[in-house]
Amino acid sequence: MDEKLQPVVQAIQARFSIGVSEFRDEVNLQVEKADLVKVVVVLRNEFSFKMLLDVTAVDYWLAEAPRFHVVIHLLSMAANRVLCLRVPVDATTPVVPTLDKIFPNATWYEREVWDMFGIRFEGNSDLRRIVLPADWEGHPLRKDYPLGYEEVQFTFNFDEISQHKTAPKK
Amino acid sequence: MSDFRDVRIEELSHLLSDRSRNGETMLLNMGPQHPSTHGVLRLLLELDGEIVVNCVPDIGFLHTGVEKNMEAKTYQKAEVMVDRLDYLNPLGNNLVYCLAVEKLLELDVPPRAQALRVILAELTRINSHLVWVGTSGLDLAAMSTFLYAMREREIILDIFEMCSGQRMMTTYIRPGGLWRDVPVEFEAAVREFVRIMPKRIDEYESLLTKNYLFLERCKNIGVISAEECVQWGITGPVIRGAGVAYDLRKARPYSGYEHYEFDIPTFKGGDIFARYMVRMEEMRQSLRIIQQAMDTLPMGPVRSNNRKYVPPPRSEIGVSMESLIHHFKLWTEGFTPPVGSVYSAIESPRGELGVFLESDGSPKPYRVHYRTPSFSNLQILPLLTRGHFVADVVGIIGSIDIVLGDADR
Amino acid sequence: MGIEQKTGNMGVVTAKLEDVVNWARTNSMWPMLFGLACCAIEMMAAQASNYDLSRFGMELNRASPRQSDLMIVAGRVSRKMAPVVRQLYDQMPDPKWVIAMGDCAACGGVFNNYAILQGVDEIIPVDVYVAGCPPRPEGLIHGIITLHEKVKQETLKDWK
Repeated sequence: MDEKLQPVVQAIQARFSIGVSEFRDEVNLQVEKADLVKVVVVLRNEFSFKMLLDVTAVDYWLAEAPRFHVVIHLLSMAANRVLCLRVPVDATTPVVPTLDKIFPNATWYEREVWDMFGIRFEGNSDLRRIVLPADWEGHPLRKDYPLGYEEVQFTFNFDEISQHKTAPKK
Repeated sequence: MSDFRDVRIEELSHLLSDRSRNGETMLLNMGPQHPSTHGVLRLLLELDGEIVVNCVPDIGFLHTGVEKNMEAKTYQKAEVMVDRLDYLNPLGNNLVYCLAVEKLLELDVPPRAQALRVILAELTRINSHLVWVGTSGLDLAAMSTFLYAMREREIILDIFEMCSGQRMMTTYIRPGGLWRDVPVEFEAAVREFVRIMPKRIDEYESLLTKNYLFLERCKNIGVISAEECVQWGITGPVIRGAGVAYDLRKARPYSGYEHYEFDIPTFKGGDIFARYMVRMEEMRQSLRIIQQAMDTLPMGPVRSNNRKYVPPPRSEIGVSMESLIHHFKLWTEGFTPPVGSVYSAIESPRGELGVFLESDGSPKPYRVHYRTPSFSNLQILPLLTRGHFVADVVGIIGSIDIVLGDADR
Repeated sequence: MGIEQKTGNMGVVTAKLEDVVNWARTNSMWPMLFGLACCAIEMMAAQASNYDLSRFGMELNRASPRQSDLMIVAGRVSRKMAPVVRQLYDQMPDPKWVIAMGDCAACGGVFNNYAILQGVDEIIPVDVYVAGCPPRPEGLIHGIITLHEKVKQETLKDWK
């Protein structure tokens, strides 16, 4: 492991129960939901990870527990390193504590995760849809949500598709 | 389809002040179709007379569902959709996707391809800053800068067209290198551009930098401090305009940037003028990088030889059986990467553009997420516009330099 | 020289009303500023000095739909934006024309998914489709000239 990240990971491992994995020189820490806020506060205050780069999620559908992983990237400008935290989330209770009291820009990132995946962030000051219309139903980036594409209109299915192609009123 | 008026005022009450409820302040919709919002951005402004008390941005009018669509295509085919995210920086989007794929596959990139990638990325940076100076100037009523900037931009677009056939959405940077080698006229065209451009930048500066009207509209407006930038996760010219010299090309260099000498422009002040100065100087530094890259351009192949991931050239398919099989497998099925997730980032003209790529071993990416600078940087808009006039809001949006395709994905 | 010969002593020119009105409409069609995505940048490039659009009378882009006659839908229309497009189209006074610029406005383009309208003609009637991703400025100019030819063929019965 990189020599600047080694002491950080060891310190966090000593205080919390986390899983550590490395892939292509990147360090991924698997953190439990309950510990998330404390881990992030420790990283920010003691180890200079002062910038939140991103909060996103991955859906492992057909796996119930965990179904989602919320992925958080933190940047330390002083040490010039990026750290990735993964928080496993179950399908039955997709709720994660919010980071927006620690990093104010987490508000919009969490709104996008709520919009696309349906994972609630407890305590987020403004949890509503961000990139989709306000009354959209469903959470598109989940794997059981269809892509919603339009079938290509060839000659053999031309009439069938023309029947339900929308046409405007003048 | 929903009616966009569905977002009712009651739902936004936690973001607006109490004075809006009893009618003391006015709610104004700066709608998605507006000449100065640089795309389809909707702002709900709470105004006390002409002073902005609160500003609630509403984005999503250009949401394209790229991340979900990319999960349905193989890695090579998904790259086509990627140019269209930040449409002023198409080669940058390609580059960051290819860096992520190459990191995942541990694919080598030959040195000539790396140098050419640097040249193309810097040309794209100049291209984006030219559009920025043109449109922000236009918002602040400097109309001739727009026409001059577009004139220079045509030269850059001619260079892109010469290499790839397309002016904007080139998809020229592919995993393993470039699509094909640059033609013979490339060097002369780029050198000519580098020769004439410094005088043109001087021309823009002579129109704007000491112009009293421009300074009145830019100085001490939209001020952000360095600590606030770090707190809000702002990167790019905004944080450099606040005095912090953070640039990914120096901090976590990629594609051979460590071999070139260039400065990171910073400016104190954190206002619109500081960001303007930073971007103008960045254009000059980009020219410096292009000059060095052209002078030290090595000869050699432009794409990796690893046939498991990179398709063979057409000339080889006729003579070698393995090439034909590789070509067939890559086109019908795609390649199989190892299981894992990577995060790669580049310095786009707007800030840190990153890709989080997760693969599960199948030929289609399992999850692609773009960490876009416009989405992050737009969050400070309420902070910056508080206490300024409505006319300043326009200048502030221009100075943050957002592209809505980047923000909404 | 031509006009004085035709007017003669009385200073009167006779022509078909349709020709005169169509000529006036085509030569000063004001587009509404409606750039959505990448095609908007090519539209801006078409309006700049290399591929000048003001030689077609289109140098002014009116920001308000009430003052424009042409809507060039440049870029992809998402489901959230669709009611806005329809409302802007309804706010334009007659006569009005629509050019769908680019692949995304014509047919959904590269994006065939839940978020993008497969062609802006799902919600508004389109007169000219310009292909390309994004179309070159010359392509857009070709589309505009095609629209001019279409308008020049309009007769009294077509006017509203």
